[in-house]
Amino acid sequence: MTQVIEAEDVRRSYAGGFEAVTGITFSVSRGEVFALLGTNGAGKTSTVELLEGLARPSGGTVRVLGHDPYTERAAVRPRIGVMLQEGGFPADLTVAETVRMWAGCTSGARPAGEALEMVGLGGRARVRVKQLSGGEKRRLDLALALLGDPEVLFLDEPSTGLDAEGRRDTWALVRRLREAGTTVLLTTHYLEEAEALADRLAIMHGGRIVTAGTPAEVTATRPSRIRFVLPEGIPAARLPLSLRAAATGRHVEIRTHTLQESLADLLLWAREAGVRLEGLDARSASLEEAFLDIARNETVGV
Amino acid sequence: MTARLGALGRAELTLLVRNRYALFTALLMPVLMVGVLRSSLDRVGLDRAGMNAMEAALSGGVVMMLILVVYLNLVSAYVARREELVLKRLRTGEASDREILAGTALPAIVLAVAQSALIVGAGAVLLDVRAPARPELLVGGVLVGIVMLIALAGATAAITRTVESAQITTMPLFLVSAMGSGLFVPLEVLPERLASVCELLPLSGVMTLVRTGWLGGGGGAGESAGAALTALAWTVISVFAVQRWFRWEPRR
Repeated sequence: MTQVIEAEDVRRSYAGGFEAVTGITFSVSRGEVFALLGTNGAGKTSTVELLEGLARPSGGTVRVLGHDPYTERAAVRPRIGVMLQEGGFPADLTVAETVRMWAGCTSGARPAGEALEMVGLGGRARVRVKQLSGGEKRRLDLALALLGDPEVLFLDEPSTGLDAEGRRDTWALVRRLREAGTTVLLTTHYLEEAEALADRLAIMHGGRIVTAGTPAEVTATRPSRIRFVLPEGIPAARLPLSLRAAATGRHVEIRTHTLQESLADLLLWAREAGVRLEGLDARSASLEEAFLDIARNETVGV
Repeated sequence: MTARLGALGRAELTLLVRNRYALFTALLMPVLMVGVLRSSLDRVGLDRAGMNAMEAALSGGVVMMLILVVYLNLVSAYVARREELVLKRLRTGEASDREILAGTALPAIVLAVAQSALIVGAGAVLLDVRAPARPELLVGGVLVGIVMLIALAGATAAITRTVESAQITTMPLFLVSAMGSGLFVPLEVLPERLASVCELLPLSGVMTLVRTGWLGGGGGAGESAGAALTALAWTVISVFAVQRWFRWEPRR
């Protein structure tokens, strides 16, 4: 598969010396949905702006569709669609006027009505932009990103500010685009969004990519977890040693890479000892845990 | 490229029509200013300049109108679009930086050309002012004035944080031009040493071209060439300033 987006050892420094992106390397194949995941300030938007060609990296190289998006803007722009984290449209234009303005600046633009229907804004064409809700503004922004039927779509936190329904709609739209072969790079701090949409993802923290892979690969490296509460008078020391349990008072937590075996050991021990485990909870590692783990450890590490 | 300019210009025109303050500055202020110029010129001895008060007021009024319609209007427009993040959003699209700036300026350009024609026409038809003596100098002066003022607006927008503060940041050029470039008082009336310094101000060359082009006279080809040179030099400087310092998104 050809690489549509390539970033190699990319850095971005701001005036004053702060380095927001400290040397990251990744690539996105054609037709793939790739998520950059991270807390606020992790460097996601700084990275995406480099890919969009809004700024020149202070180090490393960026290629989009084989071109430098900053110096070869004219070659790249007609083939990409961009939705900024904070997009701007003149407050006093109507939705339809905004789409018309954007269509005039876009080669091969689809009809305004079609673009607005795609994002569920069909009925709002005559409303001024300043009267739109935050979620509606995000959808208008998305409609404009899709106006030129782009090969590559950059979405910077596409569902921030949307209600649950709006978020589902946006997810469904991204899935349809992927089925149609569009390459999508999105940033998000919603884990379930990355898990639901991304073929591959990279978790950023402190300007670096800490871990990358498919959602399954990223979670596979993380331990599963068993939690329960022991009855009064049963010390955690009586648990089988193989479980390596950590107890806080009566609350016990077991972290394990072999969930099935550990759980079997625990349950067999409980039956033999006649112990009732309250609030028993066993779960595989989730992306959320992986993410929180990384955020926590990295912060401690700094 | 023309499609993009047209789309941007049309949107900007819609915004201008919906912004009462901007519309007032662009349409009514020039008329008021010509009136102010006319009444202030009654008290100045214009014999030395070889024109009557109405001629001086109308020719000064053309340049005053350019400042109001192009410069004041566009500083506000560029700052407003930047602070609304419109410029940043536009830059993610296919339009080049120059197209974005030019497209935003398009309504102001059309208005300025139309009002120039209106002032000259009204002068000839209604106020008994002579027809342009050298139309090519008049047209050239108006056009170079428009380009220079667009660039100066871009440069001024770079140091203007909010639309409100544009009223202050546009003051220096407005005052310096009104006082020193011969809009109110033709430079010929000033003491010679002062006049020769004032001739180097940004809009002095434009003013000289417009006045010579319309009313004739002046100091001959040498003076017109000098005026054109001054105007072009300021245009180049301000275009450079825009390329160097224009900001496309708000300072955070």
